[in-house]
Amino acid sequence: SGALLISHPIVLITKKMCAFQPPPAKYGGRHTVTLIPGDGIGPELLNHVKELFRFSCVPVDFEVVNVSSATEDDINNAITAIRRNGVALKGNIETLHTLPASHKSRNNLLRTSLDLYANVMHCKSLPGVQTRHNNIDIMIIRENTEGEYSSLEHESVSGVVECLKIITRTNSLRIAEYAFKLAREKGRKRVTAVHKANIMKLGDGLFLQCCREVAAGYPDIAFDAMIVDNTTMQLVSKPQQFDVMVMPNLYGNVVSNVCAGLVGGPGLVPGANYGRDYAVFETATRNTGKSIADRNIANPTAMLLASCMMLDHLKLHDYATMIRNAVLTTMNETRLHTADIGGQGTTSEVVQAIMRNIQRSRRLKLHLY
Amino acid sequence: MGLNRVLFLEAEDQIKCIYIALRTSMVQDPTQFDVLVMPNLYGDILSDLCAGLIGGLGVTPSGNIGANGVAIFESVHGTAPDIAGLDMANPTALLLSAVMMLRHMGMHDYGKKIETACFDTIRDKKVLTGDLGGKSKCSEFTEEICRRVRDMD
Repeated sequence: SGALLISHPIVLITKKMCAFQPPPAKYGGRHTVTLIPGDGIGPELLNHVKELFRFSCVPVDFEVVNVSSATEDDINNAITAIRRNGVALKGNIETLHTLPASHKSRNNLLRTSLDLYANVMHCKSLPGVQTRHNNIDIMIIRENTEGEYSSLEHESVSGVVECLKIITRTNSLRIAEYAFKLAREKGRKRVTAVHKANIMKLGDGLFLQCCREVAAGYPDIAFDAMIVDNTTMQLVSKPQQFDVMVMPNLYGNVVSNVCAGLVGGPGLVPGANYGRDYAVFETATRNTGKSIADRNIANPTAMLLASCMMLDHLKLHDYATMIRNAVLTTMNETRLHTADIGGQGTTSEVVQAIMRNIQRSRRLKLHLY
Repeated sequence: MGLNRVLFLEAEDQIKCIYIALRTSMVQDPTQFDVLVMPNLYGDILSDLCAGLIGGLGVTPSGNIGANGVAIFESVHGTAPDIAGLDMANPTALLLSAVMMLRHMGMHDYGKKIETACFDTIRDKKVLTGDLGGKSKCSEFTEEICRRVRDMD
């Protein structure tokens, strides 16, 4: 029975997770990170990130890889670059609905090729932003590689399409383990699994079963389950009841977006995609923002906070904290709010203010010595 | 599949496709939406989400329409066994579902009368059931609506 325990998938997964280290810094303490500008507002926001990093003397160099929906090559170059560097920061790559079904979403391809199985989003009420509900602090862990996004559809009979939703024991255990481990690390008290197992008895039933199995190994953390439709209703009426949530792919998409809306919108929330070997950071709700591109009105907060998550991942915590604090301090100045949160500020005004706040905090530090 | 959803608005045989980031917008500014049509699962999720926005399942009516005008109208809340038989339940959801039924049957005047009386009672806030923050019984709430209907005639 000892041998059986060691080969149990949960133990193996945990061992693998503990063994992961971020990629080694190259050339005298400087990290190289892949940068994928994407479409819409991605390029301009990532330019601001580069500008801010230069200003703050962050020891990160960006290897820019442009990806368009057109060719297969670009996305393969990006994947190779991320494999090389281990970490990436990206804007959203547009997925045109008019292209044939054989053309897979570039973002999806990236996630599945690199096996970035956990999409993590931390939704926290920001002090300077007016919202209907306050004191929200929810962590959403979304399975990122299978479920309804398996891109397996067929039309055996004309006018009748079948779409396969894939749920596997391995990936469900894996994501549940990730959720509980993260909850424990962050000192969170409760994990809620979101599902529709009353209807999808086998698919979501399996997911739920896996969550229960993993929960048994974490007696210090409470576990409950909630059906997805009730979840969205509870989120818009009493979001404070939620702590950590774990769910399959599509529900993750829905719940992430609802939560982003609750704390002030897509311009504010950063997201991260973690795999065993790689990590890719982006805005949580993955918007291309085509209609507001190149007009200097996009909210840079989400992308800047995503870059801070990346810095934490690279263990550059001091830089991460410095930039994050400057971003949150700037958030308190209502006159600098961009249009999406009810203000009239421009993107560059916000970024300038953040740089001033960084400057101020640096001067303060120097005075202390 | 991605974030953007296609909304089909059928207006007199004309189909308009609009790509909108649906869920974030729904939470931030639901007033921008009018009629939404969608497949089963999204409908399940969105209808509960919208019910949460307007006050919950206690006030949300619904109808299931089939071919040849066959239809079943129902409230979508649960059976609430804990308050059953105690004259405490809020009848609004079921009542508004009945109003939908009247409209479906072409009895628009009756439907309008009952709906107006119900909305006015809720707006007035004097006679409300527990779930809406009041202390009245189900029968008192219903009687208030009936009184308003009588006064309309």
